[in-house]
Amino acid sequence: MMKKHWLYTDEGRRTVWRVGLAVLAITVIVEWFVSLHPHFTIEKVFAFHAIFGFLSCVAMVLFARLLGFLIKRRDDYYDQ
Amino acid sequence: MISSLLHPGLLLILGGLLLPMFSGIWRTAWSLLIPLLSLAGVWLANNNAFPAITFLDYELAYYEADRLSRLFATVFAIMAFTGILFCYRQARITEMSAAMVYGGSAIGVVFAGDLITLFVFWELMALGSMFILWAAGTRAAWYASRRYIMIHLLGGVLLMTGIVAHVFETGSIAFTAMQIGSVGTWLILIGFLINVGAPPLSAWIADAYPEASFSGMVFLSAFTTKTAIYVLLRGFPGTDILIYLGLFMIFYGIVYALLENDMRRILAYSIVNQVGFMVCGIGIGTELALNGAAAHAFTHIIYKALLLMSAGSVLYMTGKRKCSDLGGLFQSMPLTAICGIIGALAISSFPLTSGFISKSMITQASVNQHYLTIWLLLQAASAGVFLHAGIKFPWFVFFQKDSGLRPSDPPWNMRLAMLLFSFFCIFMGVAPGLLYQLLPYPVDYVPYTAAHVLTQLQLLLFSGLAFFVLLPLMQRTLTISLDFDWVYRCLLPRCARLFGSLWSHINHGMSLALLWLRQGLLTLFGGIYQSPVVSHSVVRISLAVIWVVLFLAGYLIFYLIEF
Repeated sequence: MMKKHWLYTDEGRRTVWRVGLAVLAITVIVEWFVSLHPHFTIEKVFAFHAIFGFLSCVAMVLFARLLGFLIKRRDDYYDQ
Repeated sequence: MISSLLHPGLLLILGGLLLPMFSGIWRTAWSLLIPLLSLAGVWLANNNAFPAITFLDYELAYYEADRLSRLFATVFAIMAFTGILFCYRQARITEMSAAMVYGGSAIGVVFAGDLITLFVFWELMALGSMFILWAAGTRAAWYASRRYIMIHLLGGVLLMTGIVAHVFETGSIAFTAMQIGSVGTWLILIGFLINVGAPPLSAWIADAYPEASFSGMVFLSAFTTKTAIYVLLRGFPGTDILIYLGLFMIFYGIVYALLENDMRRILAYSIVNQVGFMVCGIGIGTELALNGAAAHAFTHIIYKALLLMSAGSVLYMTGKRKCSDLGGLFQSMPLTAICGIIGALAISSFPLTSGFISKSMITQASVNQHYLTIWLLLQAASAGVFLHAGIKFPWFVFFQKDSGLRPSDPPWNMRLAMLLFSFFCIFMGVAPGLLYQLLPYPVDYVPYTAAHVLTQLQLLLFSGLAFFVLLPLMQRTLTISLDFDWVYRCLLPRCARLFGSLWSHINHGMSLALLWLRQGLLTLFGGIYQSPVVSHSVVRISLAVIWVVLFLAGYLIFYLIEF
């Protein structure tokens, strides 16, 4: 039996999530201390880039999922 | 004559053609030395060094170097060298030879000052890349190469027709910036766009490239699409339609890559996506945007090759391409994983990598022009790049579930090539001035401001969060996604079969009619047609005659309509 790498243990995963969320929080908090000199009005919303990045990814994944119902085929489709 | 051998493109082409004549250590030395000599030639050869060649009363400008062409030729030569380093101990000789011809032709295109030279090298590129596909030696690669060459010959025919029309109209074969409007320039643009992977014919990239060998795709990813970016940069800067085509390509690449299971097809779709950013930049057309498109082509060649070397190493060591078969490889292939991650960070424009300093010029150009919608779409797309290539590729190949596979890192030459390109990705990102001084226009842009770094980190890291939150929606399935290639892989063959059976019915009916006619004639005149053999062939001949008559009648009708 191979020894499990720590990344594959439950505890390891929890640690990775905690560190990751902490880094995310930092990138948002730092915005209070940096002047962003926004060009467009919409950029003035606090943490705009974080929100926009997250939401656009959700939108793209959902769109891909829906399109998938239409265009996905078994991967031997063209071999027949 | 000696000076024309130092034409950096011709040098690489001849070097590639002569390569099979060497063996052992000489072959190695030759294959690595020639790209380096070519790189030297890019910077040393000057415009008037070559003897004049005339073709059909036109004097060919087959070597015209300026900043833009030198920039592209430099990265092509670096790519040829590192690609060969990556595979010279493993790849077939056909593939290496073809790769040198292919890279040399790409360099030939960027130094072509006239449309005729451009076309010749353009077609040589198609041939070189087809041989790379053949060298993979599989049935799938053979069929893919036929579809690939079909698309590129179509592009070539359109380009040639456009060139003829354009030269007829303007009387000049010089390749300079053009305005779309005439039939000639439209056809030239379409010919260029086919090679860039523009809609609707984007499918050839993801169809053909992943069928190449583990190293073949590294070469294929670099030259064809980026040469097309070069010709668009020179020929059609600031053409509005390119903005929208580019945006379409960007999102096409993301969505198809999200649906894909094959790691190399994910990377193939991401080529379309990245090239879309460049096409969009060319469409915006300001000096900053054009600089950005050129810089992005330069950095893209390097990080995409790095990603494909990493994927190629996995393929070489495991023989597997599907994400659903892979996972957990970071444990036994740490170097391949790290280099793959560096490439993934660079393609995502992470600060301190090459992608950050190049793509941001295109985005900034859209800000400077106050294009709010385009800017928002580019930002969303940047987040999407991190999603489909930046995380998806390394996550599914090197992490996710433990597949139980324990391959080691690849042989040393493959590792060295990956390390070299990883170094480039970081070095260019840390010291942006190096690349900026090579760009076609003077650069007045500072990528590293606190605001830019912070907003980019927010954008990317939160799309990373989205990836892991939505992971259940992205579990890999054993599927492919239909694309426009369905038209020429399924629909057209079906129509052809249908038409074929219809055709034989028509022919059969007409034979019956002719036999009936002959019977009638026999009864009337009798005795002329005696032998049954003769009578049979008479029916056939008369059938052919009838078709000829019908075609001629068709021509006549067209002729009458014309006048």
